[in-house]
This record gives sequence, structure tokens and C-alpha cells, in this order.
Amino acid sequence: MNFDFTPALTDWTALLSGAIVTIEVTVSALVLSCLLGLLIGIGRLNPDRKIAYGVCSVYLSCFRGTPLLVQLFIWFFGLPRFGILLPAFVCGVVGLGMYSASYVSEIVRGAIQSIDRGQMEAARSLGMSSRQAMLKIILPQAFIRMIPPLGNEFISLIKNSALVSLVTIHDLMHEGQKIISVSYRSLEIYLVIAVIYWIMTSVTTLILRRIELRMKAGGMVQ
Amino acid sequence: MTAPAMIKISRLHKSYGSNDVLKGVDLEVDLSQVVVVIGPSGSGKSTLLRCCNGLEVAQRGTIDICGQRLVSDGRLLAEKDLNKLRTQVGMVFQSFNLFPHLTVLENVTIGPRTLRGMHAAQAEDLARQLLAKVGLAEKADAMPASLSGGQKQRVAIARALAMEPQVMLFDEPTSALDPELVGEVLNVMKLLAKEGMTMMVVTHEMGFAREMADVVVVMDGGRVIEADVPDVIFKNPKEERTRSFLQAVLKKEG
Repeated sequence: MNFDFTPALTDWTALLSGAIVTIEVTVSALVLSCLLGLLIGIGRLNPDRKIAYGVCSVYLSCFRGTPLLVQLFIWFFGLPRFGILLPAFVCGVVGLGMYSASYVSEIVRGAIQSIDRGQMEAARSLGMSSRQAMLKIILPQAFIRMIPPLGNEFISLIKNSALVSLVTIHDLMHEGQKIISVSYRSLEIYLVIAVIYWIMTSVTTLILRRIELRMKAGGMVQ
Repeated sequence: MTAPAMIKISRLHKSYGSNDVLKGVDLEVDLSQVVVVIGPSGSGKSTLLRCCNGLEVAQRGTIDICGQRLVSDGRLLAEKDLNKLRTQVGMVFQSFNLFPHLTVLENVTIGPRTLRGMHAAQAEDLARQLLAKVGLAEKADAMPASLSGGQKQRVAIARALAMEPQVMLFDEPTSALDPELVGEVLNVMKLLAKEGMTMMVVTHEMGFAREMADVVVVMDGGRVIEADVPDVIFKNPKEERTRSFLQAVLKKEG
């Protein structure tokens, strides 16, 4: 069996531009996912607020309960039927972001609920409104606890982003497949792509570890 | 004519499901008075205290505090007024509840800055004064996690004082402390009492009750069974239950 990596090497600029698109899609989706996830997570804190809780629960159930690929196809192939034509990049970011937001919302809710009840009581007993207490006391502490699970979610997002190649976004996966279609060196190209994804997730892991160590050194977590 | 009571609790009832915790409590705390509430665990004394700033809502009866009706038959003051009233009622918790993401100084300044519209410099001056008062001036820049329990509780007292409250509520402030750290917290409380702070204190520290209380209130089974000056309660209680409770507690203290 002979390996031939020359197609990957000669077309390295295509793979590089694909990798950049992958990072752009992932980071944009993460921003959307965090903002939306925060809202939905907070919406599910209090079951007594029936409307907010209900809407957020339905969201969670739908977006976590169906395959990402199906959701992406609905955005890309389904919406044009209603006259809504989103650019492929937007479809990819919205699809990935809204899917991921369902997971982030549970991270947010879990982190907030893990903060000791006494913190809210102490803030309220000073005279803070529940909104002030949430913003100044609870969320800053919850954010710190969210960082490790959010890191995991970011890594999942990097890997899941390969699916956006199927809605014509020219990401790493897409560029790789283009090279395969002319060189027929599928094993080699997929191996190279895998290594590039692995580098991206590993760098993310390293950065996260640094952040966690720094938080420990700062006494912010035990 | 006497001044109206700072805290006036009338026929307060509170239950969790079928479990009656308070069964008609009457209690008054006058201006500059120190009222110490004692009693066996489960007697409802912490719940009573927590009702006094609306952390718990009593289903029946009324509480008036700082001249306002806090709760009336299960209806709590409207949110906005409640928040305003709470700025006048300081609360100290058994488990300190310092904000761990803020420095000691920020723990004390966050109240006045957020709620009294105080400027940073002014709030910091106030906070440093209060930290000096509780003996922790040099800890201003420390994080709460690096403090001992006694130091944490003293910061918590400074945090409450930063709102310049009219009344202070203490919910078993020394119960979570190692024995050798109890004294430093009680000393701060004594200082406040001597300055004329109106205080309602739930505690197991009989020494503090004997020395500092104007009135000692004994609770058992969700009721006030006896309330009198410390001399009477500790030397000549009317109620058998008071006697047996004190015997049990004082024996343990040795």
C-alpha cells in the first residue's frame, strides 16, 4: 500500500482557507450559542414563570432532540420555500449556534443553580432586586463555573462544524472533499483533515487548561 | 409616650406544608434594644428572624419593621418597597454568605455603591472605616476564601453596616465557627450594642444573652414561651421548659 500526500501538500492553501472558514463558522456559532443559551438557561430557572419557562423548554426539547444535520438542512433547503433565502454561511452559523444553544442553556442553568442559595439571600437582604443580585452576584460566580463545560461545548462545535460542508459552506471538510474529487486520494486527505481538526481541538484544550489553572491560582475556584 | 417599636411581630403563623413552624408569635424590639432569641433547635427562632426581612413569608399575622408593614397575612410588601426596606434592615447569616468573587473591600462597598448611589471613593472610605471597626482594616484587599470563619463573619457584619441600617438581624452568627473564633465576633456585636444599634439576635451563646440582652425571648415549638430580662430568665425562669433547656445548654458549656 502506498501513501501519496502530494495532493494535500500542493493544495495546502485550499485546506488553510477551509480551516479559516471552519474557525469563523465555529466562533460565530459559539457567540450566538452563548448569548442564546444564556437567555434560555435563565428562562428555565423559574418554573413559576410559566410562559418563559414553557417557551425555553420547548426550544430545548426541539433543538436538542433532533439531529444537527436535519436542522441545517431545514435552514438551508426548507426556509427558501417561505421566500427566506439566507446565505450559506448564515445558515451554517445559525444552524450550529441554535443547536449548540440548547446545550449551553443547560450549562448556564446548571452553573447558576450550583451557586449557594445563601448568595442570593445575602444579596437580597442588602436590598438588591433579583435582577441586580443575578447580574452582580450570581452570574459572575456562575460564569467561572461555566468555563470548563463551555470549553467542551466549543470542542464539540469545532467537530460538528464539519457538517456545514453539506450546506455548501467552503469549510475544511468541503475543501478536502474538493481535493479528493480530483485526486481520488481519499484516505490521505481525510487523514490530513483529521489532523487539522485535532490540532484545532487540542489548541482549544490547552487554552482552556491555562484559563482553569489561572482561575485556580486566583482563588476563584477550589 | 414611648417611641413605636422598631420591630413589632403580631400573631405570626408560618408553616411548611403541614408542618407548623410558627404558631402565633408576638414579639417587640424597641429602638436601641438588644433582643436575644434562644430555644432548642426546631423551635422556629431562625424562621422567625428570616421572616423579619421577608426571606420567608409568614402566612398569617403581621410584622412591622422600621415603621413599615412588611407582611400582613401572607402578603409581602411590594417588591420595590421591600427592597427599599431591606436596605434599612441588616442581616448576618450563620454561613456568612460573603461574595467569594469580590475582595473584602468590594464585599463591603457593593451595597452602598449599588443601592445608595454612593461614589466609589466615598464608599471605599466608609468600607475602610467599617473594616477598621471590626478589626480587619489590613484585610481590605484579601479574597474571602483566605479568611478564617471569624474574620468572614466580621466582614459580613461590616457589609451589613455599610447600608447604615436601623436594625440588625443576626441568625446564629457564631454557630458555624470554631470555638476559639466565637469571641471575636461576639466582641463586634457587643460594640454595636453599646453604640445603640437595635438588634435581634438568634443564638446559642448564653454568655452573650446574659451580658448584652435587654430582653431574652425563649422559644419552643413555634411559640414564645417566656420573655424577660436576662436575670429572670437565667436565674429564676417561670417556665419549666426554659429551665430544662437552659440546664441542657449550660451543662454542655460546662
